[in-house]
Formats: sequence, C-alpha cells, structure tokens
Amino acid sequence: MQQNYCILVRVDDDQLDNVFKALGDPIRRRILDRLAKRQGQSLFEICASSFAEDGRSLSRQTISQHLDMLERAGLVRTHWNGRTKMHTFDNAPLRKAAAAWLNKHLKKGSAR
Amino acid sequence: MRIYVMSVLVDDQAKALDFYTEKLGFIVKHDIPMGAHRWLTVVSKEAPEGTELLLEPSEHPAAGPFKSALVNDGIPAASFQVDDLKKEFERLRQLGVEFTVEPMDAGTVRMAVFDDTCGNLIQLVEMVEGK
Repeated sequence: MQQNYCILVRVDDDQLDNVFKALGDPIRRRILDRLAKRQGQSLFEICASSFAEDGRSLSRQTISQHLDMLERAGLVRTHWNGRTKMHTFDNAPLRKAAAAWLNKHLKKGSAR
Repeated sequence: MRIYVMSVLVDDQAKALDFYTEKLGFIVKHDIPMGAHRWLTVVSKEAPEGTELLLEPSEHPAAGPFKSALVNDGIPAASFQVDDLKKEFERLRQLGVEFTVEPMDAGTVRMAVFDDTCGNLIQLVEMVEGK
C-alpha cells in the first residue's frame, strides 16, 4: 500500500505537459465535466450544451480546437457512431499524471 | 420579400417523400416532374400556407462532401419546431425514427436530433417559456 506512489509509471514529460496544459483552461475543464456526465457527444451537442450551461456561445471552431487539444492529451477519445464522430472522456491520463507526479507530493503531505 | 421555400438536400426524393410525409407528417404542396427529378415540396399540416420545404436532390458534386461534413460533426441540416418535444420524440421513435440526440436542454430551447434516412440530421426544437 505504501508503495503506491513509489510505483513509477512511465510517463514522459511531454505527456505530462500535454495533460496539464489541456487542463489549464476553464472551457476545456468544463468540456470534460460535461462529457463525464454524459459520454459520447458530437461536436454539435458539446456546443449546444456549453451554450445551455454557460450561457455563452462559443464558435464550433473554438470548441473544435479545444477538443483537439484534449484529444492530444488523451483525455478525449473519439469513435464513430454511424457517420457521426462522438467524443468521450478518458480519465486514464489523469491517473497517470497523478501516479507520475501529483501523488508524490500529495501523499507525503497527507499528515498535515 | 418573403421566405417561401427552403431546401434539404436528399439522397433519394422518393424515399424522402415517404419519410417526410409518412413519418414526420408533412403534406405535399408541389410535385412537379422536372426531367430526372421533381420539384417536390412539403408543408406542415399546421401551416399549409407556410414556408415550403423543398426535398432537393443532392446531385451536385459538392452536396455529398458538404452533407457528410455536417453529419460527422452532428450538425443538423434543418430545424423544425414542435409544441411538445417529449411527445413528438416518443411518437417518432415508435415509428422507427432513429434519434442521434435525445431530448436535451440547449439554453432557450429543448432539442433533439434525428436521422432523416436521406443523408441529413434534423433538429426538433421546443421553445421553453420564460427563457
């Protein structure tokens, strides 16, 4: 148990950078929140629900760019439902980032 | 100036006519032979004098890539208004219409999206009071 944080997950700095950069924007974090609530959404649905929940309309192109960045970080995966591209949230890169860097500091300080 | 007709590009006019009348419940306004195709328009029963929807053959070389690109991103080619989205959704689903988005909130409206079987996604919208 104690060894949890000692297990070295092989994640290189580039991958970690991609994850943390992808998380470093409120719009992208909200996209992940919404996908976590309902997995498998098209670009159109993501745009519609971001308008419904935030009350501000972002262009499809803007959302599409955010999705690209999330996809590069592995946080968003895509599959085809018929002829429509669907997006899902994959939290595996978060676990990896936690194991490779975050937990190292969180667990040491857990006594406080 | 008035908007009297708008079109959806359909892969097959006969199939589209079935879908838009038998399933959606629109009625034929004009059906005029024009060579290989027809000038084929439908209107809503609720507004027979309203704007017509032209079921236009998607024959132009640009039509295919355009329609595909919209469907890839889940973007509807047209949007129809209903008074009761839940009821309409149930009715159409009973008729075997395939929904790609089930009724959901989208700001000032509730919406759903279905496949028209002729290469398009179509949005249904119910206006939400007070929004």
